[in-house]
Amino acid sequence: MATGLVEVRVRHLSALAVLDLGGDITSQAASDLEQAYERAIEIDPAAILLNFTSVSYINSTGIALLVGILARARREHRRVLAIGLSDHYVEIFRITRLSDFMDLFDDEDTAIRAMSPAAT
Amino acid sequence: MTHALSFRRVWRRERRKAVTVEESPQATPAPAAVQPDVDIAPNDPLLAYLTSSAGAVDLDSLELESQAVTDLREAGMKLVVPLVTHGELVGLLSLGPRLSEQEYSREDRKLLDDLAGYAAPAVRVAQLVREQKAEVQERSRLEQELKVATLIQQQFLPKELPHLAGWDVAAYYQPAREVGGDFYDFIDLPDGKVGIVVGDVTDKGVPAALIMAKTHSIMRADAPRLVEPGAVLARANSLLAAEMPPNMFVTCLYAVLEPATGKLCFANAGHPLPFRRTASGEVEELVATGMPLGLLEGMEYEETETVLRAGESILMHSDGIAEAHNDNREMFGFPRLSELVGEGAGGQELLDEVLVQLRSFVGATAEQEDDITLVTLQRSAHTYGEEEQADAGEERLVDDFQLPSNPGNDRQAMDRVAASAAPLGLPAAQMDRLKTAVSEATMNAIEHGNGNNPDLPVSIQLLQRPGAVAVRITDCGPGPGDTGEPVEPDLEAKLEGLQTPRGWGLFLIKNMVDELHVYGDDESHTLELVLHTGNGVSDG
Repeated sequence: MATGLVEVRVRHLSALAVLDLGGDITSQAASDLEQAYERAIEIDPAAILLNFTSVSYINSTGIALLVGILARARREHRRVLAIGLSDHYVEIFRITRLSDFMDLFDDEDTAIRAMSPAAT
Repeated sequence: MTHALSFRRVWRRERRKAVTVEESPQATPAPAAVQPDVDIAPNDPLLAYLTSSAGAVDLDSLELESQAVTDLREAGMKLVVPLVTHGELVGLLSLGPRLSEQEYSREDRKLLDDLAGYAAPAVRVAQLVREQKAEVQERSRLEQELKVATLIQQQFLPKELPHLAGWDVAAYYQPAREVGGDFYDFIDLPDGKVGIVVGDVTDKGVPAALIMAKTHSIMRADAPRLVEPGAVLARANSLLAAEMPPNMFVTCLYAVLEPATGKLCFANAGHPLPFRRTASGEVEELVATGMPLGLLEGMEYEETETVLRAGESILMHSDGIAEAHNDNREMFGFPRLSELVGEGAGGQELLDEVLVQLRSFVGATAEQEDDITLVTLQRSAHTYGEEEQADAGEERLVDDFQLPSNPGNDRQAMDRVAASAAPLGLPAAQMDRLKTAVSEATMNAIEHGNGNNPDLPVSIQLLQRPGAVAVRITDCGPGPGDTGEPVEPDLEAKLEGLQTPRGWGLFLIKNMVDELHVYGDDESHTLELVLHTGNGVSDG
């Protein structure tokens, strides 16, 4: 259900696909996120980078979507990285243990540098 | 016959002060016979004389102290012939002089008497038809008026009852056939308070309905601004007194309820006193004195304050109940009403019981004499435990609002609480946790408590307490079902597809707040989220 509450842009950087997310990550973002993921894996990236810099709100149904993305990426043997989370959502990723399965970075450069050996 | 006969009739209408002898539209008076109408007073001796006279009466030779006789003579009349049927004088023929200037002969009189004998029943029939027509017109006018009065009244009655978490609110209104001036209203006030109005305009029909509408508008306009019940009634009184029609006034009870604490502040403008039933079953009248609205300018209204505790209820009522009569002219009376309040039922159950008893008292077939209005509020016995009651005095209600159960309204709830809590000085991290907890709890209330039914509200209260901020989120589902610790979702199981990816809500809430309380009864389920201010959850 496309609601306009979430915005997703997909960028491909060699072995890395970046999903620039914006707006609200809730259950209403399900189809937008799924479509974005499909586009992201068109180049069969080794890693997916979720950019939360412009995300203002994530609720538990949004967490469920992220769990879904994470589960699928793991099945497809892709790493999932995340950048741009506010302190509050870093806390929530920690509480939910999402951060145990996703590498959190401050920004895109740091994330790219950190994963470079694995991506090449 | 060569002389002119001027046919006149007498109008018999009970409410008319005088009997009028007037020109018949059908008559074709000769030029000499054009006379002014003569009014005959109903008590004029001429009428009694004519009723018992055997036939035509010569005015010139009539010896009777009668204004009518004088008037008729002055109008040039010579002869009057009574139109009598069934012993009742229904009109008279009055005649001027014969054109031949001769006296009326015996044959003339005989002819006139015969004519009167035929004419009288016909005139009576015509009068009856006319009276009947007027009656039908009057009846349809009254019915039309009744319709208008009913329409006005219905326009101003609340379309729905307020949903107050922890309260059972019920109301009943039944107009009498003639439609009195009863009204009631619920008014949303700042800080989550609710204004409750029960009133009665003296008089009936359209005039009462118009005054009711006016009172309603004044109360609606001023209540949110003035809040204090005494001030609201004083203002309504001064506005109404300036324009109140004579012999009309309004009795009105106005109460302001703070749902979170049960505090009830009220003022009364001559309305029947409400009954309050305590949790132990005693019934007392809630007394506040004041003159009815619209009688005298510059009145002041005493304010009384009380607290309705868990399980207590009040009944507000109009005089149509206590003053209802049975066949023996006995009144239903306040003691009977008070007894019913004491029997313990509250809410709709109490109203039903009052109406059943009232009907059995006045008799099933009796017509309702006056409007009947009942409004009752009962505080749930189970909403809050003893501990919460004790704390209630120290807490301050910062915000209180409701949202329909539409998916996505969790976000609205979160934004509103965040805005209302902004002045409370929570550290940013605390505020973020509060926001997440509120949105998750509201989403649960919308989805699980109220089943996404937009007609069911989610009530949200933000409270400030010493050292804490609390948010109560109440839905209409039965609760509390599971008060136990939320089970920690297993992310690994979810990633392996062994658990649904969802199921994070309660887990998140639990991790965001310092205390989580769950309570409720058959009709409501409340989650109370508490964050300790300046002592947040660990950041480690």
